[in-house]
Amino acid sequence: MRARLIFAAQLLFTLLVAAFLIVPAVLSMLAGVTANYFRGIASGLTLQWVVQVWELYAETIARSFLVAGMTLVVVLAVGVPAAYALNVRGGRLSRMIEEIITLPLAIPGLAIALALLLTYGGFSDFRRSWLFIVAGHVVFTLPFMVRSVMAVLAAIDVKTLDEGAASLGAPPWRRFRDVIVPNARPGIVAGALTVVTLSLGEFNLTWMLHTPLTKTLPVGLADSYASMRLEVASAYTLVFFVMIIPLLTAMQLAADRAGGARSKGKRP
Amino acid sequence: MSDTHGVALRLAACGKTFGDGTRALEPVSLEVARGETVVLLGPSGCGKTTLLRIIAGLETPDAGGRVLFNNADVTGIPIERRNVGMVFQSYALFPNMSVADNIGYGLKIRGVSRAERTARIAELVALTGIEGLEQRRIDQLSGGQRQRVALARAVAVRPSVLLLDEPLTALDAALRERLRGELDRLLRTLGITTIYVTHDQAEAMALGDRIVVMRNGAIAQVGSPREIYFAPASRFVAQFVGAANVLEATAADGHLALPGGRVRLADGVASGPVTVMLRPEAIRVVAAEGAGLCGRVDAVSFVGDRQRLTVTGAAERALTIDVASSLAVEVGQRIGLAIDPDAVRLLPGDRR
Repeated sequence: MRARLIFAAQLLFTLLVAAFLIVPAVLSMLAGVTANYFRGIASGLTLQWVVQVWELYAETIARSFLVAGMTLVVVLAVGVPAAYALNVRGGRLSRMIEEIITLPLAIPGLAIALALLLTYGGFSDFRRSWLFIVAGHVVFTLPFMVRSVMAVLAAIDVKTLDEGAASLGAPPWRRFRDVIVPNARPGIVAGALTVVTLSLGEFNLTWMLHTPLTKTLPVGLADSYASMRLEVASAYTLVFFVMIIPLLTAMQLAADRAGGARSKGKRP
Repeated sequence: MSDTHGVALRLAACGKTFGDGTRALEPVSLEVARGETVVLLGPSGCGKTTLLRIIAGLETPDAGGRVLFNNADVTGIPIERRNVGMVFQSYALFPNMSVADNIGYGLKIRGVSRAERTARIAELVALTGIEGLEQRRIDQLSGGQRQRVALARAVAVRPSVLLLDEPLTALDAALRERLRGELDRLLRTLGITTIYVTHDQAEAMALGDRIVVMRNGAIAQVGSPREIYFAPASRFVAQFVGAANVLEATAADGHLALPGGRVRLADGVASGPVTVMLRPEAIRVVAAEGAGLCGRVDAVSFVGDRQRLTVTGAAERALTIDVASSLAVEVGQRIGLAIDPDAVRLLPGDRR
């Protein structure tokens, strides 16, 4: 009896905490489909705001995914080999480079954006293109990939694996492709998940770097909050959720599958 | 299949100083004949692994050092183009590949066709006795199985020289002994030039055509297992390879004068202070009466196939003696010791 009471109390507490976090999101999304927010649900449900958001901001949504995808490509191409090189080389220089790569995490996004603007603002084609935002996102997300991959590499004695492959005649790029990358996969997948999430939701840097023609989803969201009806902003949030939740779920599943294959193999 | 292959290996003045100034290896020269198995033996930190890594191409020797395969200078050639086979202490098997893919990786790199690869893998799987494990993942293998896969992978490419870095160290004692026998048979079958690094003198004795005993980054002695065991060149070698009683004593008119009596020396030993070595099994226990050398049993340790006695009073320091386990001896008993003149090995004076 007592145990059941305790269980009930714990369940209630958990539900309350969950509700505290979820209710605002639900209310926000509900507001997005309410005909008139100030009159409440009683005013009726409508998709007109969602349609309006789609008409006004569809472009920003597509651009956000484009930026996130491109950022991921660049971060993978730079971060994974960098993590490999830093791990194999080791020593004080490697640790210093690792620290420098990590530095952008400690610097406010606005400051990084300002630095990028000061440095590359003069290249007006680059400045006006969405690739300028990608550059900012790469600076911001690279440390997450490098760290994530390095953690996995450190756990598998990658130096000896590398030497093993070399002793069998594999040149460096084959070693990297056949041995290092497959064994670093859990770290790469986890890093990719983080990079995409961060890039999709990034606001600080992007807000500074964007032009009216290169708005991303979070920037558009801020824009709609500032200048549109509350219902539109809320509908935008709804669209954001609908877009991002399936993506993140899919990536998480992919990561689980990669991790699952490993742990299954561990069983004798 | 028992014909020899591989290359003749020559090292000329190969030393190694690391970036932080540590001297890991004094300039070392060594020749290894085609098909020969040479064991690098020594305590940890003696430079044996560094020497192996120089042969492999994982380390470059200091300026002036040269590595030659069949008289061709390979010093500047990285490991991936030296065609070596290497078994690492941790095996370095690829966790992302099956056993068969591990064994076939070197062949795949060399562009060998799938059919040929499959045939060679089957051959090696049979040779190393790991049939049935081909599709297993590495983390599903036992230590002994991993060792075999590592060996199969290393020899699959028919390397110029096979390099083994403490391949049995990671295994437990019973398995180590069994695999040592297997490894010996396998190395004889392959007949390939082999460099084997170990700190275990029993392994060195069992596997080596020749043993290179190393200490403090230099070669202490090179010789056949018998030479190393019976005629060690120094006190260090005598004590590192097997158990040894090393005594400082005085030789006078063909005898060695010890506190507990006298031991006859082989002919031609000049009188004066000498350093001698006695192997524990070269000393026989006899009746105390009329024996040339006497002592008192201080401790008896029974190890199954034999018993090891510690005998005091015979020499300056306690003597270690191995006798048959059937011999009845008691602690405190006074015993006589008989030593064949040929079993008393003179060591050079204490230089190191």
